[in-house]
Amino acid sequence: MQVGLVHFLSLAAILFGIGLYGVLTRRNAIGILMCIELMFNAVNINFITFAKFITPEKLTGQVFAVFVIVIAAAEATVGLAIVILIYRNFKDVFIDRMNIMKW
Amino acid sequence: MNIRLDLMIPELFLFCWAIVVLTADLFFIKEKKNILLYMSQFGFLAAAALVIFTPTGPYEMAFKWMFINDPFASFFKIVILLAGFMAVSSSYEAVQKSIEHKGEFFGLVIMSAVGMMFLVSSGELVSLYVALELSTIPLFILTAFQKRYLKSSEAGLKYLILGAFSSALLLYGISFMYGMTGTTVLIAGSINILQYSNSMHFGLVMALALVVAGLGFKLALVPFHMWAPDVYEGAPTPITSYLSVASKAAGLGALVRIIYGFFTVGTASDYWGLLIAILAAMAMIVGNVAAILQSNIKRMLAYSSIAQAGYILVGFVAASQLGLSGISIYIFAYLFANMGAFAVVVAVGHKLNSDKIEDYAGMARRSPLIAGSMTVFLLSLAGIPPTAGFIAKYKVFMAAIENGTLLWLVMIAVATTVVSIFYYARVIKEMFITEREVAANPEGRWILSSPITIAILVGLLGTLIIGIFPQPFLELASTVTQSFVY
Repeated sequence: MQVGLVHFLSLAAILFGIGLYGVLTRRNAIGILMCIELMFNAVNINFITFAKFITPEKLTGQVFAVFVIVIAAAEATVGLAIVILIYRNFKDVFIDRMNIMKW
Repeated sequence: MNIRLDLMIPELFLFCWAIVVLTADLFFIKEKKNILLYMSQFGFLAAAALVIFTPTGPYEMAFKWMFINDPFASFFKIVILLAGFMAVSSSYEAVQKSIEHKGEFFGLVIMSAVGMMFLVSSGELVSLYVALELSTIPLFILTAFQKRYLKSSEAGLKYLILGAFSSALLLYGISFMYGMTGTTVLIAGSINILQYSNSMHFGLVMALALVVAGLGFKLALVPFHMWAPDVYEGAPTPITSYLSVASKAAGLGALVRIIYGFFTVGTASDYWGLLIAILAAMAMIVGNVAAILQSNIKRMLAYSSIAQAGYILVGFVAASQLGLSGISIYIFAYLFANMGAFAVVVAVGHKLNSDKIEDYAGMARRSPLIAGSMTVFLLSLAGIPPTAGFIAKYKVFMAAIENGTLLWLVMIAVATTVVSIFYYARVIKEMFITEREVAANPEGRWILSSPITIAILVGLLGTLIIGIFPQPFLELASTVTQSFVY
């Protein structure tokens, strides 16, 4: 059986789904950030797949994936800094403690 | 490849200026750091002047389609820069009192404005995404900027998680847009859709849903709004004002580019109108009803700005030149009223150390300027003549009525406007009528610092001038949207 477009897209969709599920259910802020990274990487697989199968003569998809990696890294940096800040202020990183503000 | 750096002069200038401000921080002793504030004010005004003198037109493009400097983009850039100017001006007290790293604070505000300026003029998905992140990542940091203040850190984490989550959704949608059309250029993509429309139905609808969800988070539309009140309450108030106006304007610019540029052709064109109309209706209903229940003025203004985004989308759904010029005038009116209202909140919060609505009691005696201008801002947000908000609401609703099929949406909009008057008027009633002994700060007349007075006066003048002499502004709004293709 030839591994084709649909297989890669399904892999990306499954990864994205796992990430989405994790963001919605994890209690640990670091876990949530990891799940968001998972979603970004699912997107990268999508881009590379489309670049390979839809536009094999152009590099647009690969370039986009590189940009996504760079920006995800920047976002993770800021994210971890804020998590450290949260740890200093709240003494843990569980998001169900982040309930000073409601309604 | 047309490398026209001359079109990007305002952005490039402002980017360099952010670095200048960051560096200048090192050279001033603590007592003289106010200079940084004046430098950032100058930066925003100078960039706005440069935007006016930069050539604009539907075919003024740089790097192929990556950067389009049409009049629509220039108009939004002016709005973003004015919002930045007013936010920086109103941050004088907050910066003196509770912001430790002043150079970084102003540098990040300017950097985020650069991102927003690129965002509203991007005609291509890579540049759009990069610009979006350049505008939001500094805002995560700015939200969490008061390091020892628990609410600020909590708001920062909430904004970060939901911001990153929404960009992941947006990106997944963008990857499908690219996969369906084989290009990241919006115009080229829509041409490809026209050719092979039928075979990509499912992918396009999915891309539309994901993109609208992703941008809906940035605009705080209703199913995606839960971060907004918390972030608005926890962030330093000048940043809240900047978030509520500039980031909303930029997100709206991106939404206009993507939806009008890409999804109005082919099979997805049957869906986006209804989708956005439902989002608009929910934003107006939930925003206005939830705002009634708030006792903190920042949260009340947060819900009110969710509702305002709904009114803007009413013009957006109309999908006509009238609707787009309605949006432009609305965002202009919203800029002055909301930035002014938040400047007042900063001033009062500084004097009273409180954001409670009940602490506004007797404001008319303490400071007639604050009470009077706050009244004008709130009336403008509610859409009562002779303020700018009335003209804006009128134009947007007219555009939706002329569309023909959107009468139900206009009826919801008008009904929720009536609801909104209730909670705006409650603040006015507290300021002018309620006689209550307020324990905190019984001192008489207030003296405000000059930067924040400038912010309040700019808001006041803008709101009243647009409200009383709307003609030149309406003409401006219709000329900037003329070149736009639907």
